[in-house]
Amino acid sequence: MGIDFIIAAIITVVGLTTPILLAGLGELVVEKSGVLNLGVEGMMLMGAISGFAVTVFTFNPWFGVLGAAAGGALASLLFAVLVLQLNSNQVATGLALTIFGTGLSSLMGLSFTGRIVVPFLSVFPDSLAKHEYLQLIFGYSPIVYFALIMVPLTTWFLKSTRAGLILRAVGENDLSAHSIGYSVIKVRYAAIAFGGAMAGIGGCYFSMVITPMWAEKMTAGRGWIALALVVFAGWRTGRLLAGAYFFGILMALELYAKASGFSFLPSQFWAAMPYAMTVVALSFISSRGTAGANAPACLGKPFLPST
Amino acid sequence: MAEDASAIPVLRDLAQQGCKLIFTTSYGYMDQTLQVAGEFPDVKFEHCTGFKRADNVSTYNSKFHEGRAVLGTIAGKMSTSGVLGYLGSYKVPEVVLGVNAFALAAQKQNPAATVKLVLIDSWFDPPKEAAATETLINLGCDIVTTHTDSPGPLQILEQKGLHGFGQGADMSAFAPNAHLTAIEDIWGPYYVERTKALLDGSWASTDTWDGFKEGTVVIAPYSKDVPADVAALADGVQAGYKDGSYDIFTGPIYDQDGNLKVKEGEVMALGDLAVMDWFVKGVESAS
Repeated sequence: MGIDFIIAAIITVVGLTTPILLAGLGELVVEKSGVLNLGVEGMMLMGAISGFAVTVFTFNPWFGVLGAAAGGALASLLFAVLVLQLNSNQVATGLALTIFGTGLSSLMGLSFTGRIVVPFLSVFPDSLAKHEYLQLIFGYSPIVYFALIMVPLTTWFLKSTRAGLILRAVGENDLSAHSIGYSVIKVRYAAIAFGGAMAGIGGCYFSMVITPMWAEKMTAGRGWIALALVVFAGWRTGRLLAGAYFFGILMALELYAKASGFSFLPSQFWAAMPYAMTVVALSFISSRGTAGANAPACLGKPFLPST
Repeated sequence: MAEDASAIPVLRDLAQQGCKLIFTTSYGYMDQTLQVAGEFPDVKFEHCTGFKRADNVSTYNSKFHEGRAVLGTIAGKMSTSGVLGYLGSYKVPEVVLGVNAFALAAQKQNPAATVKLVLIDSWFDPPKEAAATETLINLGCDIVTTHTDSPGPLQILEQKGLHGFGQGADMSAFAPNAHLTAIEDIWGPYYVERTKALLDGSWASTDTWDGFKEGTVVIAPYSKDVPADVAALADGVQAGYKDGSYDIFTGPIYDQDGNLKVKEGEVMALGDLAVMDWFVKGVESAS
């Protein structure tokens, strides 16, 4: 087992991790604002088809990524109107968004089935991007670097900026934030749109990078893993990054174990691991009592001010 | 249609609209087909790849493994590493037959050829299919064939400059250089035949398992990367299946542990193939 082997395996892990990291990061911000959006899968699919379609028309993957962000954000705004303006149940509306996004993306994708685009790979020169060792650093799609940069940026935003503080306040105690003059609804609109855009970019990683094509339901449930990831991470960005790579390594391990002929654990066990680990993490968090209970206090509750 | 109970009302609707012959074209519609068929005894049903029949329910399937023997022949001859990848969905007879036919045919060209098998527990999961393909490549496979539905693996092979095959249809549009050929499933003639049988009153509940000979399995045109001598070998396998002189499941066949399962000169019966649940020697699998 040489160094090449390990590098190739790491590149596979990065590919498996990046979409759930992006979608998870977006959902983390949404949940920090007190909104639970279970529509991640639908938004990822909307991003996947939007990004692919824009790339087909413009021949420019950078516009494609913007299109994916717009597609995901537009889908999420539909959810936002329902839960923020009409106070509909967030769980039911989120699930509806997944179903809606799946259906609408299939409809939009009808005329794109069977087409391909040039994969949106590394923009570094081949001497770096295809170098035997340096590809470990330079061999990725720009979306991978974007995802990695967004982790510290989101941390900084939530922890050190005034806007981030307001967002967290809205998520922890919406009535108090409202009473001192912050617009809970506007903050949540922005958070939901951000979550949608990030899920959309995560989705287009499938349709523009890994397998540069469009196919119905091509995200194949990664949105649900992203949702589990946010809980697994205890709503902390650093842990979200670690958790995303942990999940990515688990997914790659399953494949490597199978391809190497190991059968010490049934494959269903591997497939269930991300969810099983989330349950373990949740139990661990709640067993530490209130000190570890990191969930935003207003998560999933409608905002109903008396005035 | 989702392969769950939501197929039942759709089937009922078709029957009530007056359809007299209804084809359900996926394994996952099996029990739903049987249930609705019980409610409409005058309507005939044809279920693809299932094993449950009734007076008004036929089943039909295709000998996909005959096509796999052609792919195995090409892969065994063209692979330089002698390590082939096989990306499958579940351990069901169709996939087991495909893996075994592929491995046996490859070993006829290169006795040392091995087949690394990854079953991904899904028929369609492009990101997982892609990651599994990368894994197989990293473990030394230079040709990967797929028994899942998306062209994702071919796109990975295209990026890596390696080769593979299309599944179910010609997928060369997705990977012009990587795509060597494909197994195509051609159901049209069967549909016509069964509809004629219904019209002339000769329809009966049957279990059909057609292949090259009947035209259900067709091999797509070879790409420019398939050398002439390899193409000739592959054509030979097809011709052999059409005239009955070739059957990849002819002994001696050993299982993974080296036990002789089929004696020299013996040919496995169709009934045994339909329930095959063991892999042949040279297949490296986790289960």
